[in-house]
Amino acid sequence: MLAFLLTLMLLLGIVIVLAYAERKVAAFMQDRMGPTEAGPYGSLQSVLDVLKLLQKEDIVPAAADKKLFKLAPILIFAAVFAGFAVIPFTPDLIPAGIGIGVFYLLAIISLDVVGLLMAGWGSNNKYAMLGAMRSVAQIVSYEIPAGLAILSVVMICQSLDFQEISYQQGVLLNRFPGLEFETNWLFGIEALGINTTNIGGITTWNIFRAPLLLVAFVIYFIASLAESNRAPFDIPEAESELVAGFHVEYSGFRFAILFLAEYSMMVLVSLVAVILFLGSWNTPLPNLTTLKFANWTTGTIGELSGILWGSFWLLSKTFVLLFLQLQIRWTYPRLRVDQLMHLCWKVLTPVALGLVLLAGIWRLLMV
Amino acid sequence: MLFYIFAAIAVLSGAYMVLTRNLLYAGFSLLLTLLSVAAIYVLLFADFVAVTQLMVYIGGVLVLILFGIMLSSRVHDKSVMSENTNVGWGITISLLTLIGLSYTIWQAGFSSLPWIQQAGTDVLAGQKSTVQLIGVKLMTDFVLPFEIASLLLLIALMGAAYIATDKQKV
Repeated sequence: MLAFLLTLMLLLGIVIVLAYAERKVAAFMQDRMGPTEAGPYGSLQSVLDVLKLLQKEDIVPAAADKKLFKLAPILIFAAVFAGFAVIPFTPDLIPAGIGIGVFYLLAIISLDVVGLLMAGWGSNNKYAMLGAMRSVAQIVSYEIPAGLAILSVVMICQSLDFQEISYQQGVLLNRFPGLEFETNWLFGIEALGINTTNIGGITTWNIFRAPLLLVAFVIYFIASLAESNRAPFDIPEAESELVAGFHVEYSGFRFAILFLAEYSMMVLVSLVAVILFLGSWNTPLPNLTTLKFANWTTGTIGELSGILWGSFWLLSKTFVLLFLQLQIRWTYPRLRVDQLMHLCWKVLTPVALGLVLLAGIWRLLMV
Repeated sequence: MLFYIFAAIAVLSGAYMVLTRNLLYAGFSLLLTLLSVAAIYVLLFADFVAVTQLMVYIGGVLVLILFGIMLSSRVHDKSVMSENTNVGWGITISLLTLIGLSYTIWQAGFSSLPWIQQAGTDVLAGQKSTVQLIGVKLMTDFVLPFEIASLLLLIALMGAAYIATDKQKV
């Protein structure tokens, strides 16, 4: 219960910061000022936006399917929020440390799709319906390259547990029960003879342990943009043709929930990318001979220093990825439907399939 | 206790799915049924099966069903309704199945089976999940059924692709 409240608070905080950053980054990219009035540099803008949304009238269209219309935002947010249950925030802080976390996360996101269909249908509006259809088609298609990229990480790490994968990517490797006698080698290959178990830092991140995961990371990142309906994959809510997509009929609190779910999805996919590819809550600084940067910036497990450093690194890496998502939105034009499907099925999926094969071979080199 | 809650939800939503006339509502109540069945799997320590249930049935099958209903229903601008036919035969056959199943379950005498009496609550025995066990079993004892199933799926995929292609006029 405590984990539920803490995660919810943390998520709300991140989403508010993110909504503000979105407007500021957009303004910066277009040489505008962005919000300036509310608070210093307009920093209270998104808080006030939320307060405004909460005061608005809750409108349910007369011709809508009322039960489905009201249920859909709850289902969408619940599905996304359930994904946060398996995310490890620090070395010893994880809401639910189940052994098949990665698989669970992939499965629970697909619940989101049912919610989108419910919202689109319940609105009884052709724009909402088209938006929901496009969104679902896109999410279902892009789950495949994303899943394959994640699968190659799982094959390298030999684990479906997010916390175990996190421990493998840093100096605390031997502190995880079951990994006491593991060693990390540079690029994962023992023949090179460089033991990085105590060096840690960026040298033990997954993209370094097996450099081919760098390609997997790019594939996952592109697919995750599509799964959270971000530009350039935003045809589900293309303003110029569909008004706003599946949430066109929603207002007030229900719209706030949908908005929250959308931004939570961005945060969730970035967190997963950081945990699987970019070293999770581990520091990027390696130990260099007497300068123990990695040890200094990791802290002690179970104490306040470990919690603070762990969450600091995890969140700062996540914010870097989120910033990249915001920047890409204002950099690339929207993809057409045929280009979208071409990219998914003819480019990303074959490359990801090849990666899974290569990851298996790399794993054989690692043992 | 949890089991009875989830079982009740599964049965009630299943009954609603059968009794409702609106196909779309039936689809959405199927979601509830599948979710509570997944929860029951979790209570039985079958975590992998539970998540697979979510992945395959909700992420795949249910979305396909909903897509099918939505794409076909707005043709006449009203929701698709199901109709009752063969009421007599349907009731007879389902009653017979119920009697047959109850008789079989009664005869099996689950509480006296040796492996159920031996099974404790610590099913996982220190293991974190059932994934490794399932993987090893699939690649050793059950490799033939596993491969045949994958072949069957491949054939189905090729058949679907063949049916869906535009036939060139000869």
